[in-house]
Amino acid sequence: MTDTLINIEGLNLWYNQTQTLKDVDVHIQPRSVTAIIGPSGCGKTTLLRCINRMIDLVPGTRVTGSIKIGDFDVYGRGVDVTAIRKRIGLVMQKPTTLPMSIFENVAYGPRLYGTRRKKDLQEVVERSLRTGGLWDEVKDRLKDPASRLSVGQQQRLCLARGLAVEPEVILFDEPTSALDPVSTVKFEQEIIKLKDKYTCVIVTHNIHQAMRIADHVLFVYLGELVEHGTAHQVLTSPREASTASYLGSGI
Amino acid sequence: MTKRKLNNIIFKSLTFGAAGLLVIILVAILSVITIKGMKAMSWELITSIPSGGFYLGGKGGIANAIVGSLYLGIGATILALIVSIPTVLYLRVYAAHWFASIIRTLLDILWGVPSIVFGAFGFALMILLGMKASLLAGTITVALFELPIMIRSIDEVVKMVPHELEEVSYALGATRFETAVKVIFRQSLPGVVTGSLLAFGRGIGDAASVLFTAGFTDNIPHSPMDAAATLPLAIFFQLGTPFDEVRQRAYGAALILMILVLAASLLARLLGAKFNRYTVK
Amino acid sequence: MQLRRKITDFIAANAMLLATIFSGLLVVSIGGALLFRAWPLLAANGIFNVIFGAQWSPSNGLFGLKPFIIGTLWVTGLAIILAVPACVLAAIFLAEYAGPKTRGIIKPLIDLLSGIPSVIYGVWGVLVVVPFIADILGPYAAKHWHNIPIISTDYTTGFSILAGAVVLAIMIAPVIITVADEVLRAVPREVREVSFALGATHFETITRVVIRKALPGLIAAVVMGVSRALGETMAVLMVVGNVPLTPKSIFDPAYPLPALIANNYGEMMSIPLYDSALLAAALFLLLIVLVFNLLARAALNHAIKRAA
Repeated sequence: MTDTLINIEGLNLWYNQTQTLKDVDVHIQPRSVTAIIGPSGCGKTTLLRCINRMIDLVPGTRVTGSIKIGDFDVYGRGVDVTAIRKRIGLVMQKPTTLPMSIFENVAYGPRLYGTRRKKDLQEVVERSLRTGGLWDEVKDRLKDPASRLSVGQQQRLCLARGLAVEPEVILFDEPTSALDPVSTVKFEQEIIKLKDKYTCVIVTHNIHQAMRIADHVLFVYLGELVEHGTAHQVLTSPREASTASYLGSGI
Repeated sequence: MTKRKLNNIIFKSLTFGAAGLLVIILVAILSVITIKGMKAMSWELITSIPSGGFYLGGKGGIANAIVGSLYLGIGATILALIVSIPTVLYLRVYAAHWFASIIRTLLDILWGVPSIVFGAFGFALMILLGMKASLLAGTITVALFELPIMIRSIDEVVKMVPHELEEVSYALGATRFETAVKVIFRQSLPGVVTGSLLAFGRGIGDAASVLFTAGFTDNIPHSPMDAAATLPLAIFFQLGTPFDEVRQRAYGAALILMILVLAASLLARLLGAKFNRYTVK
Repeated sequence: MQLRRKITDFIAANAMLLATIFSGLLVVSIGGALLFRAWPLLAANGIFNVIFGAQWSPSNGLFGLKPFIIGTLWVTGLAIILAVPACVLAAIFLAEYAGPKTRGIIKPLIDLLSGIPSVIYGVWGVLVVVPFIADILGPYAAKHWHNIPIISTDYTTGFSILAGAVVLAIMIAPVIITVADEVLRAVPREVREVSFALGATHFETITRVVIRKALPGLIAAVVMGVSRALGETMAVLMVVGNVPLTPKSIFDPAYPLPALIANNYGEMMSIPLYDSALLAAALFLLLIVLVFNLLARAALNHAIKRAA
């Protein structure tokens, strides 16, 4: 929706005494899909969760450096964390529905920010479900408990729910790893459609997925940003040896 | 500050406040009892029996209740153990699945029975057997009261004994009884000790179950058929008198009872922590 | 040797079976024995008259339990009203805000609270709660709350429903808090994260999501508290006044069912059918407590299934 550039500068993170992110410096391009790839446990998810400060929920973490969304530093002094999270959505690995109806799941965010009138809520919910590619499947049963949806539908619900608060950036943490291949393809299609309006950052351990949907790729290894560039460049002709060896292992 | 932030802070403070309130109440209860009790405390209180009647007489102490309660509490706990341990071991080692289910359900139902109902039951038994209010009747009733508590806590401990341990014993050719005693019981012994201490604490502190069944007297019981004074009843009866000296005895009794119960529970906690180091995982 | 071990096993198995059957049948025996002793009255007056009869006058042969049932309802009801908000908040504190060290201090303290014998609560009630109501709260209510039903009063001795409810509320608090805490902690981490990721505050997350998900379990916690409250005898008896009149305000005394049984055991055998009446009361109490226990377990099972 905007040309918001995410500018990560000098990001370091310590978990208790161990440093898990080292000097990450990168620009994430607006209105595109950026994939973060790398071996498990090397910092991909940690990096992602720094962007919307969800990492704050883990006790024992300490962060230095800055992450700027446009001009606004997420780690600035006196920053209101809940306001940040309105601008940045997150779809997590495990499709998790709130214990409410489908309608209420999507309406949860807008309600927090003051939308109260039934008509306004209905508009937002329909718009978000359409953008998330779920409207046709649920429009007749919005009052049903969200838990009754299939896993693939639940994940698209999570997407719609995140879209309802009109973020500028959407983060995806291995969003299809719990889905079957058909649902995965459906979900990836929704992500591609989002590119026009939103800045998307997706952590994935599936190289083929990155090839299918990413415009840019970041390769994170042992807490360091080893390589970044266009998807084509990084995935087909990587510059660094560790990138090549990760890609070559056919993961 | 936005309204949302304000709500957040107010709510957090309320929850802090609620938890704090509970702690304050606990401290209030402990301190009031301690202060009042200490004022009444003396060597005479602990070692002599009331003179001039427990309700009216100002002299003497509560030795009758202290000794009565100890006899009753220890006796009841032992009786309860005699029934609980075999029950739990049987359920673990011998019982068929369907049988164990039924018994466990019955025991769960027993768990919630209030002590006054146990007292009433004990009383009904007394009438049936022609017994008078006595140490024995009281001990049996309190043993029944402690039974569900003890079975539940021993069962929790026995549940934690790994099945592999049992299988090893059978593989070596042991009978079920031998396995039950030498392996499972031995492994659970610390838990049995802590469970007993906790049940003892509950049993000795309960008034409603001894109200009808143990009677009350100025004297220390010399035989199980004698009536026995107990600390909870001593407190209850002596609190209600118009005479201040007698009421003082009640406060002293309250402090002693509280110390006994807290000591049992503290000991249970300490032993529990200590023994956990040695169990096989 | 083999034979001896086998015989030992056989004898032991049967002895243990006996113990097990004894334990299992105990609750049935209790119900049966009470019913047996209560039967003369129930047969003579009819169950309906016993439970709903409003007159209690043993020397006249009138054994209506209604005033005592009402007394129990008042005291238990007020205790729940007092206990639930504070206990739920305290459980939320433990489950959502308190760190491991704080939990390590507060949970044992709550256990301590639950271990204190009933008579001791009674003593404390008599020393602290009753005078407070008699000297401070009562006069205040007489002056300012004159026109409000239920909490108005002209004069109170302090021995009142309110005193009983306060003491009872403190006694059932550990049960409610412990179960509520476990239920709240069972709510999966991811559900909270979803709420936070959408920008909700901790307060909003707790009230709109966590409590919603934990609701069946929280209800079970309250029902367990009710069950414990119904059976509680000594502490309440010592502060509630024991007057069998229909109360009109929380400052009035009342006479709950357990107190009835406890206070009158002495005269039981002197008046015909008196013992039957008291044991019928005990039977009634037993059944009510059991019903609530079963409800609580059903609610907990439902909560567990929902969380899966």
